[in-house]
Amino acid sequence: MSVDTDVEPLARDPIEAQTSKLQRRGTRKLRLFEPALVKMATIQAFKMLDPREMARNPVMFLVEVGTVLTAMVTIQSLVQGAALGLIVYQAALTLLLLLTVLFANFASALAEARGKAQADSLRATRADTPAFRLKSLGSDIGEIISSTKLRAGDYVVIEEGQVIPTDGEVVEGVASVDESAITGESAPVIREAGGDHSGVTGGTRVLSDRIVIQVTAEPGQSFLDKMIALVEGASRQKTPNEIALTIVLAAFSLIFLIVTATLYPMARYFDLTLEIPTLIALLVCLIPTTIGALLAAIGIAGMDRALSANIIAKSGKAVEVAGDIDTLLLDKTGTITIGNRRATHFVALGGASEREVARVASLASMADTTPEGKSILELARSMAAANSEIPYGAEFIPFTAQTRMSGVDLPGGSKLRKGAPNTVAKYVQDLGGPIPDGFQQSVDAIAMGGATPLAVAENDRILGVIKLEDILKPGISERFARLRQMGLRVVMVTGDNPLTAKAIADLAGVDDYIAQATPEAKLAYIRKEQDGGKLVAMMGDGTNDAPALAQADIGVAMNSGTQAAKEAGNMVDLDSDPTKLIEVVEIGKQLLMTRGALTTFSIANDLAKYFAVIPAMFIGTLPELKQIDLMGLATHGGAYSAILAAVIFNAIIIPILIPIALKGVNYRPVGAGALLRRNLLFYGLGGVIAPFIGIKLIDLGIDPLLALVGIV
Amino acid sequence: MSWLHPIWAFSLPIALAFPLGRLMWRSLDVPADRAGRGVDAIVTMLCRLIGRGTPVKMDWKRYSIALLAFNAALFLITFGLLYFQERIPVLNPDAKGSLAALGYKDTAGVDHPGADTAVIFNTVCSFVTNTNLQHYSGEQHLSYFSQLGSIVWLMFVTPAAGLCVMLATVRGLRGDKNLGNFYVDLFRTLIYVLIPYCVILAVVLVGLGVPMTLDKAAVATTLDGAATKFETQTIARGPVAALVAIKQAGTNGGGFFGPNSAHPFENPSPWTNLLSIISIVVLPMSSIVMAGQMLKNMKHAMVIFGVMLGLLVVGAVIAICGESSASEATKGLPVVQTANMEGKEVRFGPVASATWAAVTTATSNGSVNSMHDSLNPITGAVPMTMMMLNVVFSGIGAGFENMVMYIIVAVFIAGLMVGRTPEYLGKKVEAKEVKLAMIAILIHPMLICCGTGLFAANEWGSKTTANPNAHGFSEILYEFTSASANNGSGFEGLGDNNPAWNIATGMVLLLGRFPALILPLAVAGCLSVKKRVPQTTGTLKTDDLTFAGMLLGTVLLVGALSFMPAVVLGPIADQLTVAKP
Repeated sequence: MSVDTDVEPLARDPIEAQTSKLQRRGTRKLRLFEPALVKMATIQAFKMLDPREMARNPVMFLVEVGTVLTAMVTIQSLVQGAALGLIVYQAALTLLLLLTVLFANFASALAEARGKAQADSLRATRADTPAFRLKSLGSDIGEIISSTKLRAGDYVVIEEGQVIPTDGEVVEGVASVDESAITGESAPVIREAGGDHSGVTGGTRVLSDRIVIQVTAEPGQSFLDKMIALVEGASRQKTPNEIALTIVLAAFSLIFLIVTATLYPMARYFDLTLEIPTLIALLVCLIPTTIGALLAAIGIAGMDRALSANIIAKSGKAVEVAGDIDTLLLDKTGTITIGNRRATHFVALGGASEREVARVASLASMADTTPEGKSILELARSMAAANSEIPYGAEFIPFTAQTRMSGVDLPGGSKLRKGAPNTVAKYVQDLGGPIPDGFQQSVDAIAMGGATPLAVAENDRILGVIKLEDILKPGISERFARLRQMGLRVVMVTGDNPLTAKAIADLAGVDDYIAQATPEAKLAYIRKEQDGGKLVAMMGDGTNDAPALAQADIGVAMNSGTQAAKEAGNMVDLDSDPTKLIEVVEIGKQLLMTRGALTTFSIANDLAKYFAVIPAMFIGTLPELKQIDLMGLATHGGAYSAILAAVIFNAIIIPILIPIALKGVNYRPVGAGALLRRNLLFYGLGGVIAPFIGIKLIDLGIDPLLALVGIV
Repeated sequence: MSWLHPIWAFSLPIALAFPLGRLMWRSLDVPADRAGRGVDAIVTMLCRLIGRGTPVKMDWKRYSIALLAFNAALFLITFGLLYFQERIPVLNPDAKGSLAALGYKDTAGVDHPGADTAVIFNTVCSFVTNTNLQHYSGEQHLSYFSQLGSIVWLMFVTPAAGLCVMLATVRGLRGDKNLGNFYVDLFRTLIYVLIPYCVILAVVLVGLGVPMTLDKAAVATTLDGAATKFETQTIARGPVAALVAIKQAGTNGGGFFGPNSAHPFENPSPWTNLLSIISIVVLPMSSIVMAGQMLKNMKHAMVIFGVMLGLLVVGAVIAICGESSASEATKGLPVVQTANMEGKEVRFGPVASATWAAVTTATSNGSVNSMHDSLNPITGAVPMTMMMLNVVFSGIGAGFENMVMYIIVAVFIAGLMVGRTPEYLGKKVEAKEVKLAMIAILIHPMLICCGTGLFAANEWGSKTTANPNAHGFSEILYEFTSASANNGSGFEGLGDNNPAWNIATGMVLLLGRFPALILPLAVAGCLSVKKRVPQTTGTLKTDDLTFAGMLLGTVLLVGALSFMPAVVLGPIADQLTVAKP
């Protein structure tokens, strides 16, 4: 039943082949203008000139229509044998307008290509793989088929060293799986049947053991497939904020269309007939082409950034909603505290010595493989109180939910137990033993301090208490302070009792906590928050988290989690890292901010363009208007230079801003007021000033050129 | 040069606005449990009188329909009253004929005496829209019945209607599902606000020398009657004080006499002048204070108030400075080079006239005490700018309505810039609200630019201006701006009483009024039913200095981008041309 996993990927179209050359790890740190992608995007930019495609973007569509009109006027001038200067001017305008459209197309094509590159490298990991499909669960008979033929519900066996063919759930066995192809994380993870770590993803590799998985995704319907479709734009839909912004931009374009169109009859009052290409140039300068050109790219780049953070968003809307989150539900374990609790202290009671407690506790924990159990052994060893040998004939009592205790029965007849204080106390009392003085006080003291007490007993005698402590992740309180600055409430979710939960909550600086959290409690909490108009984000992995994940506005399912959890959430975190929620929120905010900032910049730019173009337009009949040309632009050739300079500035600002569109405006958690002031200063005031400088510089550059071709 | 007049003209209404705004809030925003009790019983009684005994609760659609129906009725009735003026037997001591008989001179200079219903259409549009653009002369063409029954009546109900819509809008913004009842609001605004204010003002005006009589025009024998052929002089008079009071208080601006507040019977002294400026601006100011009280968010109202006041003060200062230098035309002539006195009343002088010009155009009042056509070009740009922005206090209620649209756009862009789906007063601003706001903002430049473009390019405009070149262009631009902003002031110097101007400005008046009232109401209606979003530190604040800056920037940038080409061709080119060395 050996399967050769080293099959060649199926032939793909040349563009995909080109991008798949980029190594997976490399794509995570893609350079902004990766030559291969730039080439792709350039070709795509021309293809996108198709008016049907352009119509999706009203602003740029207007520019395209303007380009065609200008070209027609240029041809007419040629045919009529107009002055060379005029023809050169009109041809230059046509070219610049075309360039503006191409730059816009290039920006969105580049963003799409980057997404595609990310997706393709993911796809490369799951190229057609042979899979051994079982006839039925439990049988050994099966057949080798292509992974693309696997249907949901099929059972597939994966042996050591093989690639998992598609998304599924482990139904039999346990294996260590290398998920680095998906997550980039080299440490293998354990996937086993049952429990919350049963999900496996296509393209990952089984390192040890043998598992049987049940396929959960129809061909082409796995998470990767869905995500690939998303970043490739096939199923990309405009998000609500994007639609609203498109309306604003379209309305501004309409205002400018009215303003420029009515300028023609207004000029007739002064007996001046304005040239159509010049009016089109003014229109294109005024309509918000900068943001119009970059809008699509910003949206795609948002998805890309999520993907770079190893988060698969099921829709662009989900990324956007993330920016609006008011309340974060974070699991204590792994997010706020490091992994699991650790034993830090033995408290001796009733005349027992600390060493004695340590010795009994370590014996009782010999067979305990939980991290807590191991930490008890470690602590005991550090006190040199642990036997390294297991006494022959010892019988281990495993922890069960019923007994809530574990321990060992030694051959000598002594029964060593550790467990929850009240359980152990009851156990001892049942055997007729006393409760030592100070027991309840020590237990309460430990619980109040945010730690978990475990009682240790030998037969009918309580020896002492083990203190299991939660260790906060370094820097977590600073991180929460940052979240508060962003306006988020952090809620800690824990299975601990309320006392412990409160202590840790205070320590970590979270705003609220849900103690002894059950899935129902989480769901109820989310509903309560939402009734108050708040948007809630949470992360989960278990099937029992699914209702809460579905209810939350942002539900991030861990990739290691069950299929049900992944279906219920609207994002999947490939790293299964609970702190990801914070990044998700930042990506969402960055996305909105980038749109707002570039819109402001784009509209603020217009002021300078008026000062350049209006005096130039009326230079013939109202020469005194030259006085409002604050930039002192060249006046050669009927001031064509000034108009061309404005149009050139308008075009080249698009590629100049591509990096900001793709990387996003810097987000700093400093509160809304400070953020607004900062962005207004940079993009508002900066947007007013920048074109004055830019247009002047371009004018200085092109004026001699125009003189060369005879426009003087 | 005395700045005393403008300082009083600003500080008094500001000081009055706060107690008045509070009073308006208490009397107009009556909670359900106090409605109809005490003084408010009058309102209930009046409602029963018009068959609206138990006023229904209205949402934004019903409210808008009530508004439109009421205005349509006003339109038809007033049209009839003016058309059949000579057949109405009462209050017509001077036997004035139909307004339609006014006649006009066409672009070729040919007189067309007799029937011109276009001027009636224009007049009715003008007064129904709280504009008071006048292409007729009241003392020559209107009977006392028309002045009181048509003009004064509309001067009361149209600002009241504007204030009603504002009340409903604010209720929607604060989250009320029930926006109130149009008719109840209308009665309350009339009974509690406009009528008491005007009664007091009119009495004071009479005391200061404004005539108030129903006697026919006085005939005086002139001293040199024998020397000239004109032995007698007819001096028009009438119920002037009543009209002037509501003309100023209700952001109306339509004069009893053609020369408006430059006429000594309408505005006899600097005292009446000061009183008029205060009355022009005090109710628009108070209404913003009222909004703050209603929203329980005085800081946000102060942001709006501050932005409006800032623009008004800057405008007034520019105007005053602009008028303090002599007209370019007189430079080099052997006359005393003082401030520009052309087109001004000696009893007011340049400062009071420039202040008035700024205030009357900022608010959509439009009464004038000097000839705006004679202002220095840069000064002339101030009234135009005020009307183009159309949010500097502006009409009672209408100013707030206009500003809300700019706030929605500012909130939307600023909201994105802080990384959240934009929200206003705790409600998410989404595609629908943004769409309505952008339409509202778009209409104003569209009406002005299209109208000006159309008239500038053909004889309707080019043959009716009194001056050539840029100044003539300014006359056309001003007329459409005044109509679209529902201001009603005239640059004058324009032969605007002909069918082309009457019909074009009439249509612009209607389109400039009703969408601008209903669209904000619709936005408020949409927001009112949305779930309230809790405020966090990540929420954009709309009550601090940063947002005031954002709002000011939005208003100025949108204004500059929409109107800069037109203003450059008009007053700026005018200034640069006349200032040629």
